[in-house]
Amino acid sequence: MKTINLTLKIWRQAGPDAQGSFQTFESGPISIAMSFLEMLDVLNERLINSGDEPVAFDHDCREGICGMCGSVVNGEPHGPEKQTTLCQLHMRYFKDGDTIVIEPFRAKAFKLLKDLVIDRSAFDTLITEGGYVSVNTGAAPDANSIPVPAPKAEQALDAAECIGCGACVAACPNASAMLFVGAKISHLALLPQGNLERAKRALGMVKKMDELGFGNCGNERLCEEACPKGISIRNIARLNREYMRATFCSDE
Amino acid sequence: MSLIRRIIRSSIGKKYIMAVSGACLSLFLLTHLAGNSAIFWGKDVYNAYAAHLHSLGILIYILEVLLALVFFVHILVAVMLYFENLGARPNRYEVKKNGANNWNSRTMPYTGLIIFIFVLVHLVNFHFGERTVTTAEMVREVLSRPGYAAFYLFSLAALALHVSHGFWSMFQSMGLNHPKYNNFLRYGGLVTALVIGAVYMLIPMLVTLNDKFLR
Repeated sequence: MKTINLTLKIWRQAGPDAQGSFQTFESGPISIAMSFLEMLDVLNERLINSGDEPVAFDHDCREGICGMCGSVVNGEPHGPEKQTTLCQLHMRYFKDGDTIVIEPFRAKAFKLLKDLVIDRSAFDTLITEGGYVSVNTGAAPDANSIPVPAPKAEQALDAAECIGCGACVAACPNASAMLFVGAKISHLALLPQGNLERAKRALGMVKKMDELGFGNCGNERLCEEACPKGISIRNIARLNREYMRATFCSDE
Repeated sequence: MSLIRRIIRSSIGKKYIMAVSGACLSLFLLTHLAGNSAIFWGKDVYNAYAAHLHSLGILIYILEVLLALVFFVHILVAVMLYFENLGARPNRYEVKKNGANNWNSRTMPYTGLIIFIFVLVHLVNFHFGERTVTTAEMVREVLSRPGYAAFYLFSLAALALHVSHGFWSMFQSMGLNHPKYNNFLRYGGLVTALVIGAVYMLIPMLVTLNDKFLR
């Protein structure tokens, strides 16, 4: 198996209020079949064995579907591969001798906890402001008792692909969360079940988004490029419409 | 009143304010462009156009005040957004890769500032001050100075760059994004910016290069 040697420049910060700085490591031989996180595992094994503090980073499923992992790699959230989470990024995309700069997602709304680990609970707070459907579900309904046109279902599912990893916020020059909120608003508003509470949802989520300290969207499109799930900014346009519709036409 | 306050306070409300005021300013740009184009037919046609505008009397003052108001709102909200956005990411990235083709959107605050300074200089050149000669002579007088001609060309290039993002962006902000017409808006914005930039820039270029222009 081919191996490569890399220089890793990683952001180290002991705690939320500590002063952080970059620390440089030589990776040693890394198999190109490894994932990015496995490469960090190798580094951490070595650090632990020599009695040093391992690099803290977030991860869970390592299958690209949970949204826990993510760092800014050479200036790009989740690294250079399009529509790929950091755990699914493989070392074959790097060359022998490369220097890789690894930084945490940076935003006022995402507090840095340690090294590359950030607190994304601002997204959970956003969901509690209306990113759900509150209906009495009752007994299981007959199939197709609520008609949903296939193209609408497809669009809703495309938006529902969002895993809440925060790469959109990390990529945005203004640290705006509009792609995330746009995706959540869209995937519910497009379906009949979510349609009922759309006005309350749009107003509540946007108000909370502003309160949490996310920035404003300048239509720079970097979120869409960084999104590991390929969520389109068409969802932001829908969020804009939903918000204005709720402001002017609803009783909320 | 609470509705207006709610809109101004919210991020999306501000987005709409930028889009709507930007649309008004774009319409002004196009109107001004069409009017200025009279200059290509010679000084008599151009002076007649200027005289026609002045003969509108009170109407032109009302339009001027409205235009100034739209400018004020667009700039005020832009400054608010600029500082809010700075605060949203207190710690900068060490390495930042800016994706493909976003240098027009990235430079919006700076091109905006250049346009603001340009508008002030332009108003001092042509609006305020004593009117002793015809408008065509004023144009020659100002733009035959190389410093002014260069400043006008530079500012108009910044304006074209600003519009090249702004045109598409205002539709996106108003929620108009659909595969049916996205390409039209994207490329329509670029073509509009190119036309606006080219026609406006033609005037200082003609004054500089053609000694007989407007004589």
